[in-house]
Amino acid sequence: MTAGGTGQDLDALYQEIILDHYKNPLHAGLREPYEAEVHHVNPTCGDEVTLRVHVAPGEDGDVVSDVSYDAVGCSISQASTSVMSDLLIGKPVAEALAVHEEFLALMQGKGAVEPDEDVLEDGVAFAGVAKFPARIKCALLGWMAWKDAVSTAGTSSTQTNGGTA
Amino acid sequence: MDGLLPQLDVVRKDFPILERTLAGNRPLVYLDSANTSQKPQCVIDAMVDHLEHHNANVARAMHQLGAESSEAFEAARDTVAEFLGAPSRDEVVFTKNASEALNLLANTMAWAGEHQVGEGDEVVVTEMEHHSNIVPWQLLTQRTGATLRWFGLTDDGRLDTSDIDALITERTKVVSLTWVSNMLGTVNPIADIARRAHEVGAVVVVDAAQAAPQMPIDLAAMPVEERPDALVLTGHKTVGPTGIGVLWGSRALLEALPPFLGGGEMIETVRMEGSTYAGLPHKFEAGTPPIVEAVGLGAALRYLSDLGMDAVAAHERAITAYALEGLSTVPGVRVMGPGVGEERGGAISFELAGVHPHDVAQVLDSRGVAVRAGHHCARPAHARFGVQSTTRMSSYLYTTPAEIDAFVEALEAARTYFGVSA
Repeated sequence: MTAGGTGQDLDALYQEIILDHYKNPLHAGLREPYEAEVHHVNPTCGDEVTLRVHVAPGEDGDVVSDVSYDAVGCSISQASTSVMSDLLIGKPVAEALAVHEEFLALMQGKGAVEPDEDVLEDGVAFAGVAKFPARIKCALLGWMAWKDAVSTAGTSSTQTNGGTA
Repeated sequence: MDGLLPQLDVVRKDFPILERTLAGNRPLVYLDSANTSQKPQCVIDAMVDHLEHHNANVARAMHQLGAESSEAFEAARDTVAEFLGAPSRDEVVFTKNASEALNLLANTMAWAGEHQVGEGDEVVVTEMEHHSNIVPWQLLTQRTGATLRWFGLTDDGRLDTSDIDALITERTKVVSLTWVSNMLGTVNPIADIARRAHEVGAVVVVDAAQAAPQMPIDLAAMPVEERPDALVLTGHKTVGPTGIGVLWGSRALLEALPPFLGGGEMIETVRMEGSTYAGLPHKFEAGTPPIVEAVGLGAALRYLSDLGMDAVAAHERAITAYALEGLSTVPGVRVMGPGVGEERGGAISFELAGVHPHDVAQVLDSRGVAVRAGHHCARPAHARFGVQSTTRMSSYLYTTPAEIDAFVEALEAARTYFGVSA
């Protein structure tokens, strides 16, 4: 997409899927009901996300019924949060946590981890990010916020609409 | 182009890193000098020479190498004093960096003494400070029950001094501000502010981390009522190494402040019941100091002085003006801070409509152009302008007009890549 021999590197990072999610993020906006709300920042660059999770009882234990968020940040952090919410909404909490683990392993794999498309779906597009150390935190911002929120929700699952700050 | 350093191509050869190519055989276009500057060969050589031939501890080794090392270390202090036009070399204290120098002041002012800050007192900073000139004063005022106040900014990125008489009052104990903003490039009227602060008996601290690399400083030539009481800088932005900073303080201030860190060499006599302390500057230099870093800083400041800080400043002005003109040709660019033709430093922070600063920096990096993206440790100033982060390009004495052209072209490429062109 760019002139010279540099476009390939960039394209490895900015997969079409990432740019699509960046331009049209899924599940954006803060919604009710929710059991936990967290605010995470990337202190080095200032990217921020406020994220809520709604967990409801399902047939086989708790299910991630909703993930809603308000985020300011770069294409990688925005797209990653979008992909994550789409991936995790509707999944049992236990399965969602396993997906989280898989994504974390991919990001920390220094580009040597082969992503499992069956588990990560659109998330495989972020495989290239692992080769750009400065951007891994961007890709993980929303995921870390979700993990924090879901564990908070888990410890206070009897409350609803807690509206924690 | 007028104002450029004479023989710029020769000057560039002093900086070996500028020869290197990046992945994909791209030449380096280094526009992140407000973050850290590159180092000339003479600095690298001075440090290597010291380690290879003169290494020993300073002031406590009774042998030839110890004498050589002490002499080199103290010679670096002389060079710093000369570079700043310090009234006395004993007023030059070596620290780890500018942050430590500011923390030294903010900590020792919490303790008993003439300058102790307490309940009811006020400390004044500005909204454009680097975090290192905000957080130490927040800690000081929180610990002592004092109040932190600050100058706001005008829409064009200057200090709003319209309320100076309401802000700096009989309650003000310290006024601490940056000379040149690391985000906006703004050059602050430190003489006017020092004069007002001194009228009420406040201590004036100037953060010269960005000023020292790019403008001549002559403390002794300043009228005493306009001269700060303390000024800090960091070595790595003045073509020196990391790990070394400077606190210059007036003798009166440094003598009145209690010691900061306790330890070796900052003492006169130690008894188990209590100790007496060394005179200036050693009172504030506990433990083995960063010796080879000081030697490197000395070489760096001699290098800058040999080029001439007036010439360095003129180069910076010319390149910055050229960069601002280049930026004005790129659709969607919004520069924060003073614009074309105004007095400003070399850091230019900007937004590019439709492309996040991280993504701008990524595209630029893919073309060999190194800039910084984020809040540049000046989050309050970003919040003031309603932005979460910006891209910052910062030139220095080795920057060429052709590098600015490459930077502007790379911005166009970023617009194309993210589909915001036309």
